[in-house]
Amino acid sequence: MAGRQYELVYILPPDSTEQQVTDLHAQVESVVSRMHGHIEKTDNWGRKRLAYEIGHNKEGLYVLEVINGTGELMKELDRRLKVLDQVIRHMIVRVDEEKKVVERTQTKRRTESERRRVKRGLPPQRQPGEGRQSGEMDESDDDRFDGVEV
Amino acid sequence: MPFGQGRSGGGRGRGGDKKPGDKEKGQRRTLFRRRKVCKFCADKIDDINYKDVKLIGPFVPERGKILPRRISGTCAMHQRKLQTAIKRARQIALIPYVTD
Repeated sequence: MAGRQYELVYILPPDSTEQQVTDLHAQVESVVSRMHGHIEKTDNWGRKRLAYEIGHNKEGLYVLEVINGTGELMKELDRRLKVLDQVIRHMIVRVDEEKKVVERTQTKRRTESERRRVKRGLPPQRQPGEGRQSGEMDESDDDRFDGVEV
Repeated sequence: MPFGQGRSGGGRGRGGDKKPGDKEKGQRRTLFRRRKVCKFCADKIDDINYKDVKLIGPFVPERGKILPRRISGTCAMHQRKLQTAIKRARQIALIPYVTD
């Protein structure tokens, strides 16, 4: 069985310093490495407006970590983050299965379109300048839903 | 209920031939209806991610509720994925639970 992959997002209060952010990251990293996990990616989204107030904070510093590890590791991380009060909100989501599904549908779509194109006597990939250009879009695009209409 | 009617009353026709008797009633029902297409199927978006607020945004109207399928035209599979994405985005305050 391939390893599981999780995404951890946590939010710090807007007045925390760079030092606090790196400290917390180091803390997370130490827990992960202690329990034989591996941080694949860290993404600092920076300061963002919260959609609702969390403990009188209207903004927050978002950090995303993609972690490969076991369920026990994430349980431990979750427990620790709950205790820390410099984290105002955190969330852990398992992503490996969804990623696999997305990949599968994409490859399926690609091979299917290639198969059809070859059947029509065309090269498998789309050539530049082929198909409809973005300039000559007609009304058919109007049918799409992209906003509230009641 | 303005949207429930479509199911029983021949929803799709854009006018069609009018009988002389029911010109006003029949017109009003079919006038502003257009074919609804699942946005995610049409644009071939496979991954509905909770981090992508720009993608999810149009499906969360001002009040903060999830837009129903009968209005947006999203297909069942994508509405389900959209639902989990919206609920996750709410947890980390990217999208409001309620606004009033």
